[in-house]
Amino acid sequence: MPEILDQARNQVLENGVGLDEAGVLAVLNLPDEHLPAALQLAHDVRMRWCGPEVEVEGIVSLKTGGCPEDCHFCSQSGLFTSPVRSVFLDIPSLVKAAKQTAATGATEFCIVAAVRGPDARLMKQMREGVAAIKAEVDIQVAASLGMLSKEQVDELVDMGVHRYNHNLETCRSYFPNVVTTHSWEERWETLRMVRESGMEVCCGGILGLGETVEQRAEFAAQLAELDPHEVPLNFLNPRPGTPLGDRPVVEGKDALRAIAAFRLAMPRTILRYAGGREITLGDLGTRDGLLGGINAVIVGNYLTTLGRPATDDLKLLDDLKMPVKALSATL
Amino acid sequence: MTQTWCDRCGEAAAVGAHDGCAAARLLEPPRFCAHCRRRMKVQVLPVGWSAVCVEHGEIRG
Repeated sequence: MPEILDQARNQVLENGVGLDEAGVLAVLNLPDEHLPAALQLAHDVRMRWCGPEVEVEGIVSLKTGGCPEDCHFCSQSGLFTSPVRSVFLDIPSLVKAAKQTAATGATEFCIVAAVRGPDARLMKQMREGVAAIKAEVDIQVAASLGMLSKEQVDELVDMGVHRYNHNLETCRSYFPNVVTTHSWEERWETLRMVRESGMEVCCGGILGLGETVEQRAEFAAQLAELDPHEVPLNFLNPRPGTPLGDRPVVEGKDALRAIAAFRLAMPRTILRYAGGREITLGDLGTRDGLLGGINAVIVGNYLTTLGRPATDDLKLLDDLKMPVKALSATL
Repeated sequence: MTQTWCDRCGEAAAVGAHDGCAAARLLEPPRFCAHCRRRMKVQVLPVGWSAVCVEHGEIRG
């Protein structure tokens, strides 16, 4: 057994103290023959500090495309030659999407907009949309609208939005290679205000943007410092027309190593499968990740791409005897 | 109606191989109208998607 896994067993599994950056890096550098042991330990940590329940979430794009920012992975930037066009979702369709999500047993429904930050029109649409959902659907509403002002944070709290997603996307040292129209620190400031407001903080990122393994470890450590309620873990799905459109997808074993390492850095967080798992891990790898530290999934489609049918994921959870977290457990 | 254009990359459907496009389309909605090559307004939903061409109307999947 590698020394780092012995250390993690004592430190993380027994005492609930996450690995630091050096420890995460050691896990990310484990040779393939030790990957099963790392995944098993990460699973044990998840079961010990989070339990067997899996949080299921659906997401929808309220405003697609035409974003003024230049996040190099994103097909919704208006600065690239991506084929994605701008489109707004109307309120009845938003409510219908929330109902579809709730029908899967999901407890979370995240409304996402491709913007730098919300303007008055978008905030008005959010207020109307969240109220309509709450009137008709038994589900928790989360939001992801880019960078916020303090007034907008307070307004979202007033609407009843319980969790706010704002991904740091990658580590601080690599961020300028991925985004040039705003800074990592600006994102951190929004996250700080969200935390102070009492909303739950959801913050993760994307692996495979060209970061080094060392920078992957740096990212895990920075997320652990933030201590978010939830960490969505995406794997780059290279989008046509974006600056990262020709990058290779993350190797499955590297993705699984990252899942184990992020779990060992953050033993108590909700670690969620987000975009890209279908092409990076496939069906078998998805199962391995759920047995290696993941305890939440986005089911159904993503914002501009399609996911596995929700029924496939729910059957997998049933096969693994992992109960879907009930709404009552999230309140 | 003839499918003249690849609905993923927007290039002529009869020119070159579009095997990669076909594989990608398993996890993507169409982006280009297969009849006129216009970029479509696409809304992805948790279950399904809709794509609207200003000339040829809406398709759903």
